[in-house]
Amino acid sequence: MLSTVSTSSLLSVKNLRVHFPVRTGVMMRQTGAVRAVDGVSLNIAPGETLGLVGESGCGKSTLGKAIVRLLKPTAGSIHFENSNITKSSQHSLRPLRRDFQMIFQDPAESLDPRMSVRSIIEEPFIIHNLGTRGERLKWVNDLLDRVGLPTSSAERYSFEFSGGQRQRIGIARALALKPKLIVCDEPVSALDVSVQSQILNLLVELQRDFGLSYLFIAHDLSVVKHVSDRVAVMYLGKIVELATAVAIYQDPRHVYTKALLSAIPSHDPKVKREKILLEGDVPSPIDPPAGSAFGHRINHPRYEETVGLDLSMKEIAFNHWVAADPCCVSVDDWKKLSGA
Amino acid sequence: MSEPPEIILEVDKLITSFETDRGLIRAVDQVSFSVAEGKTLGIVGESGCGKSVTAMSIVRLLPQPTGKILGGHIYFKGRDLVKASDRELQKIRGGDIGVIFQEPMAALNPLHRIGRQVAEVFLIHKNLSKKDAWHAAKEMLDLVRIPAPEKRMMDYPHHLSGGMRQRVVIAIALACKPSLLIADEPTTALDVTVQAQILDLMDRLQSEIGMSTILITHDLGVIAETCDDVVVMYAGRVVERASAQELFSNPLHAYTRELLHSIPTLDTPSKSVLNTIPGMVAALADHSHGCRFCQRMGRDTVVTRERPLFSEVSPNHWVETCSICYQP
Repeated sequence: MLSTVSTSSLLSVKNLRVHFPVRTGVMMRQTGAVRAVDGVSLNIAPGETLGLVGESGCGKSTLGKAIVRLLKPTAGSIHFENSNITKSSQHSLRPLRRDFQMIFQDPAESLDPRMSVRSIIEEPFIIHNLGTRGERLKWVNDLLDRVGLPTSSAERYSFEFSGGQRQRIGIARALALKPKLIVCDEPVSALDVSVQSQILNLLVELQRDFGLSYLFIAHDLSVVKHVSDRVAVMYLGKIVELATAVAIYQDPRHVYTKALLSAIPSHDPKVKREKILLEGDVPSPIDPPAGSAFGHRINHPRYEETVGLDLSMKEIAFNHWVAADPCCVSVDDWKKLSGA
Repeated sequence: MSEPPEIILEVDKLITSFETDRGLIRAVDQVSFSVAEGKTLGIVGESGCGKSVTAMSIVRLLPQPTGKILGGHIYFKGRDLVKASDRELQKIRGGDIGVIFQEPMAALNPLHRIGRQVAEVFLIHKNLSKKDAWHAAKEMLDLVRIPAPEKRMMDYPHHLSGGMRQRVVIAIALACKPSLLIADEPTTALDVTVQAQILDLMDRLQSEIGMSTILITHDLGVIAETCDDVVVMYAGRVVERASAQELFSNPLHAYTRELLHSIPTLDTPSKSVLNTIPGMVAALADHSHGCRFCQRMGRDTVVTRERPLFSEVSPNHWVETCSICYQP
């Protein structure tokens, strides 16, 4: 994976691990760890959208939060432009935070109900000591206008707005400091379809106008395909496939990606797609299988081979990376990957 | 053609209202549809369109004391449920009509073991002994394909994953082999892979038990995949009703068309501008008497102030024939 990290990356993540301690007993001694993110490498170029998909509990939100350093990584590194932010303290991160922001799934929970919309959007300027009162007021109005809200909204409170409008407020706040990267964690999954398309259009438009990069986390694969340049598929703390959106959707190589794609309901009642029904659930990240996690779930006959094997991703076609896992790729692909 | 299938549920001009500070508001405004035996009817619409209230009116699980059915009829197997007593309804709910809600964690009691919650249905509706009820519960969990049901019965709901919990809720809803299942957003809280498992399960159980289903969802993909007939609701009214094939290939109401065009599908060009519906649904209390989609689009002309007629424009295809929104 390392070779894909080019100098032009805005964000480059190497071998990132985020483990949460599991403590038990009266002494609260650590007895294990939830391996939420377990060795993830990726990079995002300026102006690019990287989609991140996977089932609940696969660690995609944890990865997003770790990238904007709302969580402390256990190991690995995160480089934003030229600074290593892996271990920076919250204090030293503050000036850098202008460049990377986050939008959350539920704007009702991420916006303070006791603050007016103006104070919510103005707060980042105050924290970063930017502008005079008058200038800030103008900036707030400009931002509201940019995200399609009337400037009269400024003196109202977030709970007075509908879900879609609240998400616009969240976007305005994230945009305030002119960031370069926005991590969008399920930004439209709580919205109705007609509102969802409004927010997606807004995000695409803002990206074009400001040259933003997005890490777009979602479970809806049609939405991810619509906004993404490249897509990463995550399973149990690891990325198992990473390629351009076109390649992921038209030529998936990992069996998990194939299963995810086949589960998308078709929008034409006449088309009945062949489904790959996955049995069982994602295994626990506290005690993950020793070998291929997905091979274990589908009871693959070659599972035993994968114990102790290096299952990290390899480039199977130009810019198309897939986990080198005999349980999860076709026989031909495995031959290529294993160099046989 | 063969005999048309028997109608098991007929909802006729149903009106459901809520008492609020601003007076009585109509959440469901003269809604009519029917469900045929063994078929799946989908009700689709955005939040607040009245789709859940319609379903909850059928089993009369409306918030009390504010929610009331003010008019219309709900004929279930020929009997009008609007006139049924609470006692009769209690027997029907969980008996002949099963209900599944969106959030399985909210539908299960966190303090009781899974086994007890499934067995309870048999104790109440079938008068089985405790031992037989437990045994029947085990069979139900087996039917919804929960692995190692005996072990799972001793678990509490929080031990299970979302998909497994929804299976337990389905087991409870289907315990008495109902003739009608009402599923309100049964897969919305679940991952696509689990959604596919649950929809597949519901489909198989439906043919095994031979029941009819009302599936309420905002996801047109789920509708296209599972439903025979579709009702599209907007602001408390049905704006279009047809077979799924007909509705997706030949939508006649402007709202249905807009809705179908708003969703990105796998064929939509990447980062292209998606269709959006301007404005938003008016608050319940501000609903116009006339065409409500015209209200949303900001059209306030004399023509749209009268309630448009809901008419059958081709066999089995019903549309609200507003002179602007009905686009044949």
